[in-house]
Amino acid sequence: MRHLLSTHDLSRADAIRILDTAEEMSAVNDREVKKLPALRGRTVVNLFFEDSTRTRISFEAAAKRLSADVINFAAKGSSVSKGESLKDTAQTLEAIGADAVVIRHPASGAAQRLATTDWISAAVVNAGDGTHEHPTQALLDAFTLRRHWAKLAGTPSGGTDLAGAKVTIVGDVLHSRVARSNVWLLTTLGAQVTLVAPPTLLPIGVEHWPCTVAYDFDEAIDAKPDAIMMLRVQAERMNASYFPSTGEYSRRWGLGDERFARLAELGLADTVILHPGPMVRGLEISSTAADSARSQVLRQVANGVSVRMAVLYLLLSSGLYAQDATAAHAKESAS
Amino acid sequence: MTEPTRFLLSGASLYGERTADILVADGRIAEVGTGLDASGASVVDADGLVALPGLVDVHTHLREPGREDAETVETGTRAAALGGYTAVHAMANSNPVADTAGVVEQVQTLGRRAGWAEVRPVGAVTVGLAGEQLAELGAMADSAAAVRMFSDDGICVHDPVLMRRALEYVKAFDGVVAQHAQEPRLTAGAQMNEGIVSAVLGLPGWPAVAEESIIARDVLLAAHVGSRLHVCHVSTAGSVEIIRWAKARGIDVTAEVTPHHLWLTDELARTYNPVYKVNPPLRTDDDVQALRAALADGTIDVVGTDHAPHPSEHKECEWAQAAMGMTGLETALSVVQHTMVESGLMTWRDVARTMSEVPARIGRVADQGRPIAAGEPAHLTLVDPAARWTVDPAVQATKGRNSPFAGRELPGRVVATFYAGHPTVLDGALNTPHPAAESAGAR
Repeated sequence: MRHLLSTHDLSRADAIRILDTAEEMSAVNDREVKKLPALRGRTVVNLFFEDSTRTRISFEAAAKRLSADVINFAAKGSSVSKGESLKDTAQTLEAIGADAVVIRHPASGAAQRLATTDWISAAVVNAGDGTHEHPTQALLDAFTLRRHWAKLAGTPSGGTDLAGAKVTIVGDVLHSRVARSNVWLLTTLGAQVTLVAPPTLLPIGVEHWPCTVAYDFDEAIDAKPDAIMMLRVQAERMNASYFPSTGEYSRRWGLGDERFARLAELGLADTVILHPGPMVRGLEISSTAADSARSQVLRQVANGVSVRMAVLYLLLSSGLYAQDATAAHAKESAS
Repeated sequence: MTEPTRFLLSGASLYGERTADILVADGRIAEVGTGLDASGASVVDADGLVALPGLVDVHTHLREPGREDAETVETGTRAAALGGYTAVHAMANSNPVADTAGVVEQVQTLGRRAGWAEVRPVGAVTVGLAGEQLAELGAMADSAAAVRMFSDDGICVHDPVLMRRALEYVKAFDGVVAQHAQEPRLTAGAQMNEGIVSAVLGLPGWPAVAEESIIARDVLLAAHVGSRLHVCHVSTAGSVEIIRWAKARGIDVTAEVTPHHLWLTDELARTYNPVYKVNPPLRTDDDVQALRAALADGTIDVVGTDHAPHPSEHKECEWAQAAMGMTGLETALSVVQHTMVESGLMTWRDVARTMSEVPARIGRVADQGRPIAAGEPAHLTLVDPAARWTVDPAVQATKGRNSPFAGRELPGRVVATFYAGHPTVLDGALNTPHPAAESAGAR
């Protein structure tokens, strides 16, 4: 395996290796000269079929800090909008000499298609495919949570997991690739995940997921979670009868001021709030909650660069899953 | 050079039950018995081969007119012959749609010119498959194509009043409405079976209830107006239960299952390879087992291939962008052997019933699906049940490369197909079209 397509099939060991490598990358990001020569001469293509400035610039920063050459390919206004197929686009990138393709695509499975066909031989990183997965988002969430969890335990985060952490994910799970990637990854790392959503916004089959499902946000807060992850909700969903109105959604499933205050009332001093962004303030989260000291939103963004550096580094410099990768990596770390 | 018209199929196992020779002469079965006189006849060694009546497909997409890049009547019927078929029902979703006497007659003529199998055009139920206005069903029935099966296949006749009227109207000429059961609102944007796998893959689900609710409605409508309903490509265990209930009530309903729904499950969608994308979608193993049991006990009457060839660019893409459908004519009999015969659920006699006799009856194809007996039309298929072969779409006769069985080893090989007394397939390879084909001289 030479790609990062999902967290569903990511082992605990590989996940921890990525997070540990990200810790090292984070140290680079704290330096004055934020640059490593690791991927000098390698070409990373950001192939974005959806507008996502946040994710794209995060990957771009990550690749550049590893000294890779970066090509940004936005499908809008390109040959793709004139009907070029994913296959032809991929083969074009192959001919250009891409070593890694970071793909964001509205179709679930697009990244896996690239990785499992003979269209292209580059390493493929899934930067979000439809409503399937967004593995680097989950990795940066896990990274953020792991630092918090280790700090509470008074230990360095390297090598640790999320055993015992209670994480509540709230919102539109049905359409969320972030929720899916987080459910698999956080549970792999030992966390107890609870999903809270209106029943209309949970997929049929969710009962087979390794997590608890609840409809009542207040009861979920009473269960004293260590972290609450709010998901973006699109107001247009109410037009398809997923919920009656944005007002009702906010009252039942939003992290408004009253629910936010409940955290303090329950004595949950260390409970943090995560959001993958972009936030819809006033719908799923109030400004009080978003701007509070509990909010990890900006840390998530910063950690995103470290995690994506780690992924690109592991895929391109040694192969994330190669047998000798561990040894080679250990040697580099030691030097 | 004149082609031989007299064949002795020696030592065939009729329906896999008893060994006999079959003498074919001038398009008919002249004699069935042991030790028949081979003089003047080409001998086909049928030792170890099962003789079946020529297979009849109730559900084929030949794509012509309009999508000749996907398939033509010529290539599709070559595939049919290689699969052991002597008749296929060509679905109406061509371009132009087969919703007038002119188009169905054209399709029938193309079939006659090709000469590989009998092509029975299916007429559209509604104009342009738009689901708004009845097509001229009577004109198609009265045309030279003598259409008896009507279907908007690919699209459900979802308007209950329109469906009622169609069922009533076809009574005037002994027609049948073949319904593609798919409630459209419940399946908007649907990509695969809704369940455990779709939840993980993040693909919009096609719930079983969208099929079952339409079938439930339609069997009640058929009962109410006293008409004949055929349910295309049944795919769920719940649908089986509803059809079983309807049959127990004496409702005149028949049902079909595809070879792929007898074997494959939605687990294959985990590959995101659109070769597994089909409508209705692949379901769960519980559904597969229920469909097999239903075919064996007669609740489901027939196997229909839903042969749906697509150009490769419609499959070499993202799952959501890909076309729905799978080829099936050249693998159907092998898949049925694997899933139904080798599993012990059915005999070869049952195969003859579900793949030839009853399909012919549903389509009112008088000369097909007949007994293997003296005086009957010589539509015959010889299959070697001991053979094993690996599916390679690149060497198939269909233009479609979208076989979900690619790379799989299948049992059973069609050794010969006799269409109206003429071998369209011999030694497992295409022979020649029927000499009566209008373009045979030009070939």
